[in-house]
Amino acid sequence: MTLTQQKKLKTVLIGSLAWIIALVLFFPIFWMFLTSFKTEAQAIAFPPELFFKPTLENFAIVQERSDYLYHAMNSVVISFGATIIALIIAIPAAYSMAFFPGKRTKDILLWMLSTKMLPSVGVLVPIYLLGRDYGLLDTRTGLIIIFTLMNLPIIVWMLFSYFKDLPKEILEAARMDGATPWTEVTKVVMPLSVGGIISTGLLSIILCWNEAFWSINLTATNAAPLTAMIASYSSPEGLFWAKLSAASTLACAPIIIFGWFCQKQLVQGLTFGAVK
Amino acid sequence: MKRTITRLLMAPSVIVLLLWMIIPLSMTIYFSTIHYNLLYPGSTRFVGWLNYDFFITDPAFLTAIGNTTLLVGSVLIITVVLGVALSALIDKPFFGRGIVRVLLISPFFVMPTVNALVWKNMMMNPVYGIFAWIWQSLGLTPIDWLSTYPLFSIIVMVSWQWLPFAILVFVTALQSQDHEQKEAAQMDGATSWHIFRYLTIPHLSRPITVVVMIEAIFLLSVFAQIYVSTNGGPGYSSTNLAYMIYNQALLQFNVGTASAGGLIAVVLANIVAFFLIRAVGKNLTV
Repeated sequence: MTLTQQKKLKTVLIGSLAWIIALVLFFPIFWMFLTSFKTEAQAIAFPPELFFKPTLENFAIVQERSDYLYHAMNSVVISFGATIIALIIAIPAAYSMAFFPGKRTKDILLWMLSTKMLPSVGVLVPIYLLGRDYGLLDTRTGLIIIFTLMNLPIIVWMLFSYFKDLPKEILEAARMDGATPWTEVTKVVMPLSVGGIISTGLLSIILCWNEAFWSINLTATNAAPLTAMIASYSSPEGLFWAKLSAASTLACAPIIIFGWFCQKQLVQGLTFGAVK
Repeated sequence: MKRTITRLLMAPSVIVLLLWMIIPLSMTIYFSTIHYNLLYPGSTRFVGWLNYDFFITDPAFLTAIGNTTLLVGSVLIITVVLGVALSALIDKPFFGRGIVRVLLISPFFVMPTVNALVWKNMMMNPVYGIFAWIWQSLGLTPIDWLSTYPLFSIIVMVSWQWLPFAILVFVTALQSQDHEQKEAAQMDGATSWHIFRYLTIPHLSRPITVVVMIEAIFLLSVFAQIYVSTNGGPGYSSTNLAYMIYNQALLQFNVGTASAGGLIAVVLANIVAFFLIRAVGKNLTV
């Protein structure tokens, strides 16, 4: 075998191995997706069935049984609400830290990161009691407040690193041309960092959408987002995997697709810019 | 003038985060020193260290600490080792690399409650699950994973979720590796293993540190998977610290003891966080 042939063979072997591992790791998601189109009898068929006549019945039943759309709406309102509020609070802070850094900017950034390290269970009791006293338990507002605060440090950090990477020359040129701080922000900084702001928002939405600890503990029927609704399927009232799969597929599909689009931001956001 | 504006712009973020940190935390500290049960709201009195005593001497405590350590440790080892191996595997181009990458990272975006339910029912169910089918095809007796190996089952679920994160970070980090250096080493007759061992691994040392610390923070408070799949059982065999505190607070309504436990969790997380913040801070240029 020549050297090029050897190299080719190696690439094929590595490629096949990678494909096999990837398919194994993806299998549970694939299986969930497939099961959502089965009848309950097919879902628990043994040995498992790979080929069958697909039905959409489960999706209708899930909607009827646990009002999927209502909980999906909760997820949407809470994730988008918390993300938008957090962006509004974070953009000015990140802007001022990136463009007018002071002696203590670094300390403030690190302190913000440290608030993210507080484990949720550590403050479960007071948050629960405060929520109860102010009538925020099982309300969308309550979860929006919590999620805003939960993701604020990550959002400030990500925006900070985007703003910092903007070319300073453009800003200086704008200032030379007599731009006021307001026009500088609205006409120069914002358009240039719109991509960064969108991907930061996307990451925040993913994190809110999948958050389970607070959703399970602070909501019941009214404000339960999809994470909490799915958790209610854990008490087995007979086997209904097809319906469970349908609900799960509906709950996960949008966010998995979102996730594919913002892999890179995810790394930067979750590692606080330590890995680029 | 400029400084005032800068401060004003930062103020909202700083103030809300300060409140978010101080109010609940000081309440937790206060609650941890009083006798306070939601079922008997009238009788709160100062008890000093009694709650801590009660929490620590609870027979579940040592089990929970052990389980937490085992869970965090195993998942860290699994995700870092497999993460490095897999990201090195898909570093070079091959047919369909983009799709493989997408498939590999997808589990990270599956919400924890769905993760647990899919594994519990469709994979690990002893009668109808995929594993049962594989076991039977191999002529073995299917295993009831969740009641026989509850903690192991949780470790599998949590690793499945966090392995993609490790892969994602390491793949990103590998892209910045110096390819000329690798080629030079190859010219000098270095084997793939040598390149991996002496160039790739050192290059990944920082990302590995970051992944370990970030995962540690999240893994210390794994909750949803346990809540949905095993409820901490059988017995306390899959109860971790987070689940034990939840159990005290919202199932037994014991605010005082749960708060003491909460503070113990905060202290543990802070030990990890201290190193993480130092590592990130070193790298931060303002």
